[in-house]
Amino acid sequence: MTSEAPARKDVKLSCRNVWKIYGEKPAQFFEAGNGAVDSPVALSKTISTSDHIVANADVSFDVHVSEIFVIMGLSGSGKSTIVRCISRLVEPTAGEVLLDGEDVLKKSDAELIEIRRHKMGMVFQSFGLMPHLNVIENIAFPLKLQGIGGRERYAQAERVIELVGLQGRESNFPNELSGGQQQRVGIARSLAVEPEVWLLDEPFSALDPLIRKKMQDEFLRIQSVLHKSIVFITHDFQEALRVADRMAIMRDGAIVQVGRPVDLILNPVDDYVREFTRDVPWESVLCAADVAEAADSPLKGLGRVAADTPIDSLLGYLGENADGVAVEAADGSVIGVARAANVVRALANGCDTAPAQVRR
Amino acid sequence: MWERFDRAFYHWFAIVLITLALIVAQPHFNWLATYPEDLIVPFADWLNAIMDWLVDYLGWLFMGVSWLLEWPIKGVRLVLQALPWSVTGFLFCLVAYIASGWRLALFTLTSCLYMVIIGYWPESMNTLSLVAISVPMAILFGFGLGVWAFYSRRAERAIMPLLDILQTVPAFAYLLLILMLFGFGTVVGLIASVLYSFPPMVRNTIVGLRRVPAEVIESGLMSGATGRQLFWQVRVSNAKRQLLLGVNQATMASLSMVIIASIIGGTADIGWEVLSQIRKAQFGESLLAGLVIALMAMVIDRVTSGLATQSGDYEKRNRSQSLRHYKVLIACCGFVAFYVLAKFIPALEVWPRELEFSPARGMNESLTYLIVNFRTEIETIKTLAFFFVMLPTKIGLQGSVSPFTWGFELQTWHSLSYAAGMTLIGAFCAYRVNTHVAIFVLLFAIFFYFGLTKMPWPALLLIYSFAAWRIGGTRLGLGTFFGLGFIVVTGIWPEAMLSVYLCSIAVIISFILGAGLGIWAAGNDTVSAILRPINDTLQTMPLFVILIPFVMIFKIGEFTALLAIVAYAIVPAIRYTEHGLRNLPEGVIEAAQMMGCSNRQMLWSVKIPLALPVMMLGLNQTIMYGIAMLVIAALVGTNGLEQIVYIGLSDGNFGVGLIAGMGLAIIAMIADRTTQAWSRKRQSIVEVRIW
Repeated sequence: MTSEAPARKDVKLSCRNVWKIYGEKPAQFFEAGNGAVDSPVALSKTISTSDHIVANADVSFDVHVSEIFVIMGLSGSGKSTIVRCISRLVEPTAGEVLLDGEDVLKKSDAELIEIRRHKMGMVFQSFGLMPHLNVIENIAFPLKLQGIGGRERYAQAERVIELVGLQGRESNFPNELSGGQQQRVGIARSLAVEPEVWLLDEPFSALDPLIRKKMQDEFLRIQSVLHKSIVFITHDFQEALRVADRMAIMRDGAIVQVGRPVDLILNPVDDYVREFTRDVPWESVLCAADVAEAADSPLKGLGRVAADTPIDSLLGYLGENADGVAVEAADGSVIGVARAANVVRALANGCDTAPAQVRR
Repeated sequence: MWERFDRAFYHWFAIVLITLALIVAQPHFNWLATYPEDLIVPFADWLNAIMDWLVDYLGWLFMGVSWLLEWPIKGVRLVLQALPWSVTGFLFCLVAYIASGWRLALFTLTSCLYMVIIGYWPESMNTLSLVAISVPMAILFGFGLGVWAFYSRRAERAIMPLLDILQTVPAFAYLLLILMLFGFGTVVGLIASVLYSFPPMVRNTIVGLRRVPAEVIESGLMSGATGRQLFWQVRVSNAKRQLLLGVNQATMASLSMVIIASIIGGTADIGWEVLSQIRKAQFGESLLAGLVIALMAMVIDRVTSGLATQSGDYEKRNRSQSLRHYKVLIACCGFVAFYVLAKFIPALEVWPRELEFSPARGMNESLTYLIVNFRTEIETIKTLAFFFVMLPTKIGLQGSVSPFTWGFELQTWHSLSYAAGMTLIGAFCAYRVNTHVAIFVLLFAIFFYFGLTKMPWPALLLIYSFAAWRIGGTRLGLGTFFGLGFIVVTGIWPEAMLSVYLCSIAVIISFILGAGLGIWAAGNDTVSAILRPINDTLQTMPLFVILIPFVMIFKIGEFTALLAIVAYAIVPAIRYTEHGLRNLPEGVIEAAQMMGCSNRQMLWSVKIPLALPVMMLGLNQTIMYGIAMLVIAALVGTNGLEQIVYIGLSDGNFGVGLIAGMGLAIIAMIADRTTQAWSRKRQSIVEVRIW
């Protein structure tokens, strides 16, 4: 695995060696629910050959405070299962899920209900709205379950309705709304209890592409206001790139690689990950700092850009100025110089067309 | 061409030969024709002994329960009888309005006025009071069992067969059981109707709870629902529509059973009224009273199904919800207003006798006129059907062809040419269509020549079991064998065959006619629009009532029974055929159109093969409806098992009645499982998913 970016903030949620096995007697493979085993790969193989199905194998990751952590994988890779293990909609076979340092898996039913009522919110792929409740009743439903009185809970619901932009739709029923609007209701409902951890299970996969893009923007806007700690599940690599602070790629129930999107793109651990990064428009993912090389000539007269400037916005400038551009970090110090040749080299890495025969 | 004769064909061919051999051997070995009497297992006597023991030792318990149950019935009855009809009628109309709107309210008003003016209001209220008690009991009981079965697989495995039994064993068979345990009185009707009406509630509860999407459950859990909150506010709320459909079905079942149970008398309700009028041969009166039942059934059905549809129609409900307070207010005001009004205008309290209007006499006279003037025509229809269809099926061509019936004596050369002709047709089918059809033709030819009731029982046992095995696999085959075996060893085989004979003719006629009408309706919206209300009416009509017009014209007898069964069993045949043809995958139809199908090709080569699984389910329902009606048709004089059940009830011979009832249930279940397996098989071939 590649090196993770240093933790900027505290860890909010943490999965430690989580396993989920389906079958007759899944517990037989673990000692007292301890998921930390010497060789997870070997164990997975043993389990699969003894008529059990491995849904999650030794999954470990940390989600930091107010970070968007994306879990990406194809269908059947176990990404939906792991988010359900975190929320205990599915009971993990072994491992730990630490929320604020406390193991969620050890909580009693009553404690679990309290956690779900106050600390976790979840958004579902096919929305999971109650068809018999209208928009505001749906959003206030978690509050109603907590026993909060009518007036207060509608006032609270009204606030989140505003947040997701559904004003004026309060008395509509789910079947009268478009897919995008329904998911807004789902989002609003999950936010109504003001959770600290926000779990989104493929929230936009059921929407058509234009709406999806819009909802992603909306989601990022909401996050810029609320700063939740988020686990976001998706099968769409582009979507992951758009929203992720950090991401994990899953295959066959196990995590293949964790890191910042750009780490995954620049240093894929194997062909599986490389396959995803292939269609990525590199010029929009890479930023100036990724292509800059140490300056060996004087920097005088060079233009200066910030480290996180996307490459595609620099292409025009570099075409005109062969000397390149100085890239500076946030504190003003110069990281290095980016020249047209660096950019071309970086882009060449990312394209998988066979190199042309060049005659001399 | 020999590859078309597969293993199955040789098996079948062997069975045909065995059958022929058995028929030939029949005259020489008596036990082939009738199962030897001294080998009959006296199940009936054992049942009676158990029953006597129960009554002797536990009678006090049942009597106590009976005494307890008597009170709520009396209470409701007292209230319904004490209230002026105008008050009750107003409340009914209000409920109808809330459930479905003005049209239903008007219909309800008309129905109430009809009951009042015709003079059957008190009887109707007696029936209603029984329904009003039995429905909540059935719903609570059914819901509870349904929830249990939903959560426990083991419970489900125990409950499901019980439901099958309760719904297939004819009510007459267990009416006596209840009568003996709980004593004479209205409680019998109550318990019978609860027993009969809770199964649909169980089924709908299970289906409803199962159909709640997983994500809705998960979102409920993530909203922090406790176990109880999850159940009531998520599962039950989401399943509400299905649950209300269950309520609708339970109510209808309850009403029909209350009517049937009135056969034991002493209830002074509308069912008894119909029955006693039929017995007195006063057809006008019985039809008028029957109409009361039909109207009641229709109103109750529309109201409950209206409530069910409404519960899925959230938008509408939302608007009407704000009016809820007004509704209560209106109900109270109307109640008081009509109550006070009734005190001043006696006609609103109790409709005066002299204002009652009954066209019964006129109806009777015109009926008499009709029968006298069209006697020859009616007789001709009856004779034709009897001589050329019913009799040959029953006792075979060899028994029925005589100068008196067909106009000539059956000679050897007749029989030989019949055999040769049928063999030729069979060979032709084997060559041109397929071997299964050929076998079917051969078996049919044998049946028709020798007659269903004259066939040796081992041959029939073999054919039925083998067919069930071929269609549904080992379990169904064995089940059929043992089921029919039970009928053989209890000595009711001859009567069972009489039931099968009457029912199969009715089913074949219903299915051919019904499928034809269904095909027509599928292609023609006007026909469809005309048929739909007729079907609705026939389906909600309590079975009793359907008998009346046929008895009026054709008197009692098998032919009348046949017509009544056809009238009832034709409904699912029409419905399923139309539904199947109208809901085909559009892509296939368009593709066929683009290939240049003519209309006829489209129907026969594309639509019907694709719709066949649905049509087979229709056949399944046709058979079930046919058997249900067959039981009631015992009242107009048939000779099969249903008659034994009925006689068992009137003679107080519980064992005999129950055994015959179980025999009918066995036949029904075999027919049900076989046709369902057949439909599933077809479904997997054409890959059309039903519903």
